[in-house]
Amino acid sequence: MSSDAEDRTRSQAEVTQEATPGSTRQEGRPIQGSAWKRLTWPARRVLRTAGDRYDRMAKPARLGVSAGMVVLAAAVPVLLPYVTADSGYWTSVATKIGIAALLALGLNVVVGFAGLLDLGYVAFFAVGAYTFALLSGAGRYAIAISRSQPNAFKLLPTWHMYFWLLLFVALLVALIAGVVLGTPTLRLRGDYLAIVTLGFGEIVRITATNLNSLTDGSQGVNQIPHPAINVGSVHYNFGLNNEAYYWLLLAVIVIWIFLLRRVNDSRIGRAWAAIREDELAAASMGIPTIQMKLLAFAMGAAVASLGGVIYASQIGFISPDSFQLFSSDFGSVIILAMVVLGGMGGIAGPIVGAALIIFLPERFRFVGDARFLIFGGVLVLVMVLRPQGILPSRRRAAELEGGEVRETSVFEARQAGS
Amino acid sequence: MGTALLRLQGVVAGYGRGDVLHGVDLTVEEGAVTCLIGPNGAGKSTVLKTVSGLLRPKRGRITLLGRDIGGLSPQAVLSHGVVHVPQERSLFPSMSVWDNVLMGGFVLRDRAVVRRRIEHIADRFPIVANRRHERAGSLSGGEQKIVEIARALMLDPVLVLMDEPSTGLDPRARQLVFHTITEINEGGRTVLLVEQNARSGLAIAHHGAVMESGRVRLEGTGSSLLADPEVARLFLGAAPANRG
Repeated sequence: MSSDAEDRTRSQAEVTQEATPGSTRQEGRPIQGSAWKRLTWPARRVLRTAGDRYDRMAKPARLGVSAGMVVLAAAVPVLLPYVTADSGYWTSVATKIGIAALLALGLNVVVGFAGLLDLGYVAFFAVGAYTFALLSGAGRYAIAISRSQPNAFKLLPTWHMYFWLLLFVALLVALIAGVVLGTPTLRLRGDYLAIVTLGFGEIVRITATNLNSLTDGSQGVNQIPHPAINVGSVHYNFGLNNEAYYWLLLAVIVIWIFLLRRVNDSRIGRAWAAIREDELAAASMGIPTIQMKLLAFAMGAAVASLGGVIYASQIGFISPDSFQLFSSDFGSVIILAMVVLGGMGGIAGPIVGAALIIFLPERFRFVGDARFLIFGGVLVLVMVLRPQGILPSRRRAAELEGGEVRETSVFEARQAGS
Repeated sequence: MGTALLRLQGVVAGYGRGDVLHGVDLTVEEGAVTCLIGPNGAGKSTVLKTVSGLLRPKRGRITLLGRDIGGLSPQAVLSHGVVHVPQERSLFPSMSVWDNVLMGGFVLRDRAVVRRRIEHIADRFPIVANRRHERAGSLSGGEQKIVEIARALMLDPVLVLMDEPSTGLDPRARQLVFHTITEINEGGRTVLLVEQNARSGLAIAHHGAVMESGRVRLEGTGSSLLADPEVARLFLGAAPANRG
């Protein structure tokens, strides 16, 4: 057969596949497996077809769906009063979910995309929070400066004006910290990497505890300024308005997701996928594995740091206790649990995981400390029944399930389009 | 034929403190299939790893068409047109066959070139075209090896290093793999083959080299080594009955 003819048959095959978005396989196949699988088949099918649909949508339609979701998320603080009497409290929970989602999306780059098990992720959250807290003029260090040079603050009268500047400074500091911590570490693999990152998480926390002269040790830093906007005639201080922080977080998350999608659809995303599957083979394809892993690590660090800045400026107080490994809010282990529970390697998964892990203990607050028992039970249950997470990326699901999911080639779709 | 494409001179290399190669001298001629045989632990695979940059030589020179490539990174060696098909299965199991082949062209920046090459490879290797959407991990061992070879061709290499391609394959698959190697060689590519299966390896090789304890002990044409009673006794097993 001539190559032309082959080409034609092949493209026809493609067309037929396009025309039936994964449906022949799903409907035609008898449902096998456990009772659980049969029971949840409709739900999983809905999720999967929804994902397929989304993938196959034209670009404007996809943008529309995404925009709709953002608008919906933005409307949450406005809608909450209609749902609950205690809307103030639930808005603060929503803000907490925002920070958690940002952290989970950041850690997902490290764990889900590059396949590096990082147990010290909270370190970068702490780096961001402390960088902002100290540079913003809170804490003993700043007080000492103001005592010796009473005019220092007059030169910079409104520190909170610099929130936006400091946001970037903290981001840069975390990027550097990510590279510094990552360079010696990322030569290790798997369990060894996990143990070393665990150590780094603790090193940062213990440093914060013992660096009294700068961080005030376990007393923590208080009176951290809130962010403010002072542009022209607009003067707005975020103060204790949880809605404002919520929208700020939402904006950061949206920007991050946008960047993430672009990066993950690029050569870098392909390199990460290859490293995750077989690092040696990836290296022999000419992929600079160390640099790629470092990039994932630094990107994750930068996002965690943004989360830390917003967290510190909202709460107004941080101490080393805020950054414990098992801290019930944003400990490394909890963030990892969000990523794993929600599903690695995608965008929606970590957000869902973050929302559930923050929401459930709050919802069951009325049962007292037993809520953690329930929470743990739910986690175990989900992991047993759905080890790939609630909303995994389909590529990751394929890796775990051994091929139940037929994968459409991401790269190919892109190449055909270009 | 006749010009030296790859030349190793006194190459010493190893893992950690111990050396595996104690001064390897080897010449791979352009356009030929060179087959490296020898007992386990002789350093055959180590030679390939050292050439492809996965292992850094401690001493000695490695030149490709006269240019020094010793100690370069794997990426740099790839960009000189040397690809390595490792012994173990090295496809990305959960990626599709097509994506695996695309991954072979990772270092290429020009998408048009990638597109053209993969179309060309799909024409030459029907398995790449016909089973493009299948997970590479679901292919049989022999099929995976063929896809690996196809992937290696994405970079349009001048030299293909192949480490025991027939390991773990049934006789038919093995035959297909050797046939494919002959084919890509006839297409003008130089092949440096390491083969435990010395008879089949030497049968398709123009030139053979026998390694032992980190050195090249014997060299010759493929057929002359096959006929050499010493080689037969040492490495081919089952010595020809009643010689002399």
